[in-house]
Amino acid sequence: MQAAAAPTTTRTELPAVPQVLAHEVEPEPRGWRAWVMTTDHKRIGIMYLVTTFVFFLMGGVEALLIRLQLGTPENTLLSPQTYNALFTMHGTTMVFLFVVPIFAGFGNYFLPLMIGARDMAFPKLNALSYWLLLAGGVVFYGSMFFSPPEAGWTMYPPLSGEFFSETGGVDSWIFLIHLTGLSSLLGAVNFYATIANMRAPGMGWGRLPLFVWTLLVYSVLLILALPVVAAAVTMLLTDRHFGTNFFDPNQGGDPLLYQHLFWFFGHPEVYIMILPGFGIISEVLPVFSRKPIFGYKAVAAATAVIAFLSLIVWAHHMFTVPQPAIVLVFFMLSSFLIAIPTGVKVFNWVATLWRGTVEYRTPLLFACAFIAVFVAGGVTGVILAIFPVDWQLHDTYFVIAHFHYTLVGGAIFSIFAGIYYWFPKITGRMLSEGLGKWSCAIMFVGFNLTFAIQHTIGLEGMPRRIYEYQDIGNLGLYNLISTVGAFVFGLGILLTVINVVRSVKGGTPAGPDPWKGNTLEWFTTSPPPVNNFDAIPRIRSVEPMKDIRRQVERGTPAVHQPAEAAPEHSVVA
Amino acid sequence: MTIILAALRTPARILVALAPAFAVALLLPQAAFADFLTPENGGSDNADAIDTLYKVVFAMAMVILAGVWAALLYSMVKFRARRGAVPAQIRGNTRLEIGWTVGAALVLVVLAVVTFVMLDDIRNAPESDRTGVQLQRVGQPTGTPDTEAVPPSGRSLRIQVNGLQYVWRFTYADDDDNLLNNAFSYEEMVVPVDTTVTLEIKAQDVVHSWWIPELGGKMDAVPGHTNWTWFKIPGKHAGRTFRGQCAELCGRNHANMLAHVRAVTPEEYEAFIEQRKREIKESNDEAARQRKRIEAEESR
Repeated sequence: MQAAAAPTTTRTELPAVPQVLAHEVEPEPRGWRAWVMTTDHKRIGIMYLVTTFVFFLMGGVEALLIRLQLGTPENTLLSPQTYNALFTMHGTTMVFLFVVPIFAGFGNYFLPLMIGARDMAFPKLNALSYWLLLAGGVVFYGSMFFSPPEAGWTMYPPLSGEFFSETGGVDSWIFLIHLTGLSSLLGAVNFYATIANMRAPGMGWGRLPLFVWTLLVYSVLLILALPVVAAAVTMLLTDRHFGTNFFDPNQGGDPLLYQHLFWFFGHPEVYIMILPGFGIISEVLPVFSRKPIFGYKAVAAATAVIAFLSLIVWAHHMFTVPQPAIVLVFFMLSSFLIAIPTGVKVFNWVATLWRGTVEYRTPLLFACAFIAVFVAGGVTGVILAIFPVDWQLHDTYFVIAHFHYTLVGGAIFSIFAGIYYWFPKITGRMLSEGLGKWSCAIMFVGFNLTFAIQHTIGLEGMPRRIYEYQDIGNLGLYNLISTVGAFVFGLGILLTVINVVRSVKGGTPAGPDPWKGNTLEWFTTSPPPVNNFDAIPRIRSVEPMKDIRRQVERGTPAVHQPAEAAPEHSVVA
Repeated sequence: MTIILAALRTPARILVALAPAFAVALLLPQAAFADFLTPENGGSDNADAIDTLYKVVFAMAMVILAGVWAALLYSMVKFRARRGAVPAQIRGNTRLEIGWTVGAALVLVVLAVVTFVMLDDIRNAPESDRTGVQLQRVGQPTGTPDTEAVPPSGRSLRIQVNGLQYVWRFTYADDDDNLLNNAFSYEEMVVPVDTTVTLEIKAQDVVHSWWIPELGGKMDAVPGHTNWTWFKIPGKHAGRTFRGQCAELCGRNHANMLAHVRAVTPEEYEAFIEQRKREIKESNDEAARQRKRIEAEESR
């Protein structure tokens, strides 16, 4: 605290008598209490990242068990009950306990650093967000010891109603939605308030880092979408236990109402899971091609357009339910539209590499893997948006392949790019480049081996969520390929886990700015001090660190002048 | 060999060399792997139309995908950091960006037009052939063609499909309006060839989804709602059985909720219906006899 206050007095006017800056200073908690009681956005960010990564590994193990069961036709490894519970937990874990909150983790750690703030707007609320997330995960995984839910991560009634799912598994899922939803809502309000109010001097909306832009849109989407799913699952809860009949067709209710409410949330959720990943890519590509992002405004605007469109496409998840043709046509065309801003982003990313000097560091390789994989997912997305085609492909392995291409491509590869890019800032140590590149290559091969063939499995007529299948055509062979791929993919992820564990203590010291980054987080030490910045520079472009490096090279001392104390000094002649 | 290696020294040349490979990869599926890359079809016109639509869209998608991959790979290889290389500090190009935005939009317009052109064949049920079942005797749905998947004349063979955990029940319409007197079967549906069959899809307990891949797209069976679809199996398939299964998670034995559609000649179909009715009547009579016997025993 004192360190933060000190630079506000200039060197020449040091007071003769020491001033009392604080009347009482509580000793900093140490050990585990330092984590449990913290309101520091960086510690909370680390807790988010570690917790969600643990959930990612649990969801990954569930995925491997699913693939093991499907490795051979008519396999008897798992019972139908266990199998249904596994894919329900896999989907729920990956969506609610990994992808959405890990971006909150990155956001927590880097949002204040990137906009030159000393913490989030509401630090205590921030801590509450984390603990609610953890509570949601614990409640949900607690059901594993009793009776885990079996109705799929979408939890459609009547199957999820009390008559067909009488055990408490569905209820634990409902509480997970409420707890993680509340966590995300509080986090979103916090992100929004922080971005709106705490940007460094000079950082207008046109100079906001693109990752921060995506976090802003992520927050708005969470605020718009989460209350809807909260309502839907509350109705499910009262249907199950308090005698209401929102979704019971025999009592005037309607199962389709649930589907509409769920997907009104569910589709924005898809973009909630992808947009911050887009943001990471938009940060990584310019740094490693040593070139500004191509079309900053277009990339930022495309984010907002995608977010808007994502709110009006939900019924493309419901093309096979009874609906009038005009509804099908509307949702087909609105889903088409999303391809435009998404395409714009992809073209802008490739154009960012174009005529740059591309340095093959691990974050860049993950970013390029992301583009390659994500485009394939986007293309199959357009195919699925055509409702007559979707009648054949809906609820088959083609859809599984499609959304893993978008979500593993869009989320996991970008998250790994983020891990390799920002690990030096968080820990002060570099990850091993060799292990990182191997991890990226093995993940890329394993991923494509697992999911490319699943397009064909779906086209051959295999529905999703079945615990066994007959060996018709080549289904046995195709599924075996997919299973082998899943383990290769797992090996790639394991390499990164090993890399992280080894490098936390033993990595090469990184220094404040190992990549020659563009954004403000590289201005402070690695790891940053509690107050992040002693002095916050005035922002003059979207790449403030580039400006600062240039100033240092010219030998101008303006860098050391805190903007808030003496803004006139920071104007470079 | 060395000539080939020398020719492949620059990335641009690699791409040129890869171009024919791309072309072959695009054309090959048409011949050898047609089934590998396209939906199931062949049992009904709507399935065939969906397959054709898919192929058109898939070809366009592959061209775009190959283009983006090539551009990405080219940028990564060609602009790899080398000693002395200076990155061009380009911040954007408005004309280019508007260009590819409009380009993407145009591709989607083409897709939408193709879809609308093909939509009639997929959605609208055709009339039955003369060789099909004479529908005057088998029941005439009164539904409108637009919402109930019947041909313009309104005459098709209507079969009610009812999903319940974990079996499909089929009720065959006849002159009698009371469905309880109609022939029914479980798991295997028997249908006449050359006849337009309209399916009235319902569910009794949870959501199911009716899907026979070779006979067209799936339609969900939602409790409280009725969903409609149709198929018409060509005469050459008489004697063939089409396979499918429930496509919406409906509980633990979802994987075992199979469905079969056996195509038969119109004569065989009518014989089947007669036989089913006879069997149903016999077992009803037998059940009635047993009930009476039990009642008699209990009252004794």
